[in-house]
Amino acid sequence: MTVVTRMQPLAITHYTATTALGRGREAQWRALENERTGLAKCTFDTNSLDCWAGAVAGLDQPLRSDLAAWECRNNRLAQLALSQDGFDVAAKDLRARVGSDRIGVFMGTSTAGIHHAELAYRSIENGKLPEWFSHRHTQSSASTGEFVAAYFELSGPTFVISTACSSSAKVFAAAQRAIQAGLCDAAIVGGVDSLCLTTLYGFNALQLVSNEMCRPADATRNGISIGEAAGFAIVDGSAKSAMQLLGYGESSDAHHMSAPSPDGAGAASSMRAALQRANLAATEIDYINLHGTGTQANDAAEDKGVCAAEMGTTPCSSTKGWTGHTLGAAGIVESVFAMLCIENGFMPRSLNTREKDPKLVSNILLESRRQTVRNVMSNSFGFGGSNCSLIFGASR
Amino acid sequence: MSALLTAFIDAVGLAAPGLTGWHESKAILRGDQPYTPMPLGNYSPTFLPANEARRATATVLLAFRVAEEAVRNSNHTAASLATVFASSDADMKVSHRICTALAQPQRLVSPTDFHNSVHNAPSGYWHIGARSHHASSAIAAHDYSFVAGLLEAMTQVQVDRQATMLVCYDVPAPEPLLERRPLANAFGVALLLAPTRSPHSLARLTVENLHSSSPLSASSTLLESLRSSNPAGRVLPLIESLARQQDARLVFLRSDDRKMEISLAI
Repeated sequence: MTVVTRMQPLAITHYTATTALGRGREAQWRALENERTGLAKCTFDTNSLDCWAGAVAGLDQPLRSDLAAWECRNNRLAQLALSQDGFDVAAKDLRARVGSDRIGVFMGTSTAGIHHAELAYRSIENGKLPEWFSHRHTQSSASTGEFVAAYFELSGPTFVISTACSSSAKVFAAAQRAIQAGLCDAAIVGGVDSLCLTTLYGFNALQLVSNEMCRPADATRNGISIGEAAGFAIVDGSAKSAMQLLGYGESSDAHHMSAPSPDGAGAASSMRAALQRANLAATEIDYINLHGTGTQANDAAEDKGVCAAEMGTTPCSSTKGWTGHTLGAAGIVESVFAMLCIENGFMPRSLNTREKDPKLVSNILLESRRQTVRNVMSNSFGFGGSNCSLIFGASR
Repeated sequence: MSALLTAFIDAVGLAAPGLTGWHESKAILRGDQPYTPMPLGNYSPTFLPANEARRATATVLLAFRVAEEAVRNSNHTAASLATVFASSDADMKVSHRICTALAQPQRLVSPTDFHNSVHNAPSGYWHIGARSHHASSAIAAHDYSFVAGLLEAMTQVQVDRQATMLVCYDVPAPEPLLERRPLANAFGVALLLAPTRSPHSLARLTVENLHSSSPLSASSTLLESLRSSNPAGRVLPLIESLARQQDARLVFLRSDDRKMEISLAI
């Protein structure tokens, strides 16, 4: 494998997330603390499946008038999230300080504005898509990155990583490398994925959608609940900040397109690489935010991976019971949760887990804990066997 | 400004109408042979297990075609490589079928279509076939996907000192999407990039500048329409210089209004 060497910790100066739990960090934190799920019966669009979803309220607000060409649910969700927690002001301050040419934009999404294409396909007339449909601004995977770059008028390196459910974790790795190589001085990283029929009916076709709220790590777990979310962070190669990215690890399962390697080897490999880059021992991770989707296969494989990476006694949990699986946005949402855990000295329990699967041997939290949390690992695994583990820590 | 990134091109894979393979195309790319656009024939991948090959789409097959060729033309094993897959639109035939199914009352989405719909499907299949556990990314940057992929792959080579293969490809959509995203033909290219020079290295590639004001590089007259026909075709000025064994400074658009300058040293 790649020889992994210690990385210089990367300052994270601002971060925000908007999920089914509400807008911005405070709403996320209150829901985590009060163990209030954002999942509700799925009434999205014309959905006919009996399932639950983590929908974001308030997406009826149109885009900024100069960005009207980008109109679609995904970009509305991006705009809503960008306007929380003073993130837009912070990004503009950064631009004034380092210059628009020196700020990279690295975004993750799995389906971008595909819902806009779904709507357009319902309106095909004489074999033609409706005039209002713009592929580039909505359906195109690149649209999520181009929208954020346009929103802040940034002109550093800009691209989208679309590796299914690891997408917006891998953006931190891309940003760290780009800053280390000198392509930019700072970057806006994040991810956006919004509800669409493609993922609802697609995961349903794979028999992976639960008819209940998802119950990660439960003995009788039976699939995912899909959520939507957007989150963003500013990483700055020259700033000092209370919060840092300490390490990242990436690997490929090389096993199956839509099922994880059952021995968890790929997952373990990305966790180990993250520990090596952070120069931390497994025992120095205080809490792991699991990928924990609530499917039989994922939770079992991840459990084996956590143990193989020698973190079998480390407190861990999935927060998908709060937000649902936000797919391409899961990496950034759970990165924000990891940082909230460090900020607030909190480890959330595995919400909705009634009876822990006795076959899972890692230290899955059934009760939330309040204690000092210094280093948190966040796992994100996707279709195609794409694995990414991140480690966040308070600066010391 | 000093050089930002450096990598060595160890091998190339190429597939486009009339350009069926790197070695087969060099004389055309040099301008020594006439260019005749012929449709790409079918391809049977050698790295993909038969049960996976059955489900593979045209996009996956194009990515495998150029990636397998680059590995064959190199002294690297497929299992030893990290990868960056870059594509503007992934598999629009699959998204067309899914959107069509969702517009019908029954909404019967094929499970195979769904797992092939992810942007990183070629990456997933490749790492299965190549038995590579190395990192892989799947990148999208619209018409600038080749340049974005090149930047990400060269950054990995430089920062991680890891041989990395860039695989860049796009396949035209069916109608009615084609009208909104008009790609004239399929185009695929793979560049195998290494951190150090070896006896197999073809050239040194250096990213000089991300904010160039020099004029854009064009292709030779015969190939210019192919260059603009597909996001992956933007590679042409680079591989034309490589085929001519000619040092060059080349300028590519990396967004609507920003240009990246690279140098190629044979």
